[in-house]
Amino acid sequence: MIAPSIVAVAVFVYGFVGWTGFVSLTRWNDVLPDYTWAGWRNYLDLFENFRFRIDIVNTAKFTLVFLAACLAIGFALAALLERAFRAEPLFRTIYLAPLAISFIVTGVVWRWLLNPGSAQLGSVGINQLFERLHVGFLRSGWYTDPHIGILAVAIAATWQMSGYTMALYLAGLRGIPDELREAARVDGASEGQIFRRVIVPLLQPVTLSAVIILGHISLKIFDLVVAMTGSGPGFSSDVPAFFMFDTTFRGNHFAQGAGIAEILLVLVAVLTVPYLVYSTRTEVQR
Amino acid sequence: MSTGRAQAGGVVYALLIAAALFYLMPVYVLVVTSMKSFAEVSLAHMWALPSGVYFSSFARAWQGDPLHGLRGLGTNFLNSVKLTIPATILSSFLGSLNGYVLAKWRFRGADVVFPAILFGMFIPYQSILIPLVQVLQRLHLYGTLSGLIFVHVVYGIPITTLIFRNYYASVPTDLIEAAEIDGAGIWGVYQRVIVPLSAPALVVAAIWQVTSIWNDFLFGVTVTSNPEVQPITVALNNLAGSYVVEWNVQMGGALLAALPPLLVYVFLGRYFMRGLMAGSLKG
Repeated sequence: MIAPSIVAVAVFVYGFVGWTGFVSLTRWNDVLPDYTWAGWRNYLDLFENFRFRIDIVNTAKFTLVFLAACLAIGFALAALLERAFRAEPLFRTIYLAPLAISFIVTGVVWRWLLNPGSAQLGSVGINQLFERLHVGFLRSGWYTDPHIGILAVAIAATWQMSGYTMALYLAGLRGIPDELREAARVDGASEGQIFRRVIVPLLQPVTLSAVIILGHISLKIFDLVVAMTGSGPGFSSDVPAFFMFDTTFRGNHFAQGAGIAEILLVLVAVLTVPYLVYSTRTEVQR
Repeated sequence: MSTGRAQAGGVVYALLIAAALFYLMPVYVLVVTSMKSFAEVSLAHMWALPSGVYFSSFARAWQGDPLHGLRGLGTNFLNSVKLTIPATILSSFLGSLNGYVLAKWRFRGADVVFPAILFGMFIPYQSILIPLVQVLQRLHLYGTLSGLIFVHVVYGIPITTLIFRNYYASVPTDLIEAAEIDGAGIWGVYQRVIVPLSAPALVVAAIWQVTSIWNDFLFGVTVTSNPEVQPITVALNNLAGSYVVEWNVQMGGALLAALPPLLVYVFLGRYFMRGLMAGSLKG
């Protein structure tokens, strides 16, 4: 009964990953397939590759900023929402709405919002808003500034995904029984102490899930980069997933693309497999 | 004490409103810009309200302007509809079968099979794209809507399986045993007991699949190269990437692409949330 699905997953996930792995060890770096064995050469070349090195640094920067911003904003909003009883559903709906739309839509809109403007046009988007609010000194070149590059993409990604982090934390906060807080109050703990000693430690599993889910999203980030910036000046907003697509389907460097894909897969697996095994185990025990 | 509490409440609301403004800001620009008339569209007045409601940007985004080489998104919107509906139905059906067997028929190796299926929803799809294109070309499905439907069905299996399995785990085993005493086999139990109970999980799975298939870009751009066949996300990206297209038309197109999933979210948000939570494996 589930054999068709098992076969489909076995072939289309595991078989294909295996085939991609094989391709990454060949010399297929032209239009026509060439399955001559190349060993690890594609990987060694990649680690020497100027663009790939930038991409790894960009992914690290993006992950760091995106994760920190999502966790901080998500947690703060959840903590605030817990106190805003009646208005909670309204605000929650607003904060989560970006999650329903495509990264492509987000990218198209934020490309205009973070457009730096020009001498003829004057300021546009967020820069224009800053001027109107008399904080013009905050104006920036955003994604056109190579020092910012990928971090501009991280702003848009945070806009889209921080509501999700909020939802996770909100569910976590709801799961903490009131008796625990009461007991701490009876013991003479202040609200601040309860927050630090009771609530924050109890939310650690939520933080872990959020880090894993958001972390694997940031390793895979692709659509948003395509729609918003592309590679950017000096590859300042380039990422491995985009490099893979570019080199494989536009440059016909299939073996190189396969190598990048497998590196990405290993990174995602390191992050998610222990979590996956652990979550399904504990569920079975329940 | 009471004024202190009122002040604290005021601060809470002020912060919540500030956050809401941040989340709504891009939506504001999107909606306002696509409603402006062509005469009003200027980047210098990006934040200004429109003088009335004009649908010219939508019309241009939908129909395009063939004389000036501008392709409209109408066909692509319909492609996305034709793609999303069957792919959602098929992947939900497969997910329901898998979820049932994994939740209620503990076969040997199920503890390995389940996480192995779930891993399929975390992989970066770049790691399967090359063989995917090769196989679809062999099957003559490359570049077709059917090919894209097939891809979404296959890679939708992990998440739908997870949603249905978690839901079926809560179906009392007594019900199944009673049906078995009445002589029902594995299929009989599925048809008589499981299917009639499936509506809540089906809603969650279907909403999840509708939004993620509609919003997909990577599979669409890889599998379809002909603009006539492309889904709306791919066509929108092409439209927005071309510098000759006025930015209000880009915004009109973006709103067209955003509207279906946003409407689903607004009207069925509760179920959307459940899918979201299932996606984080917390059920």
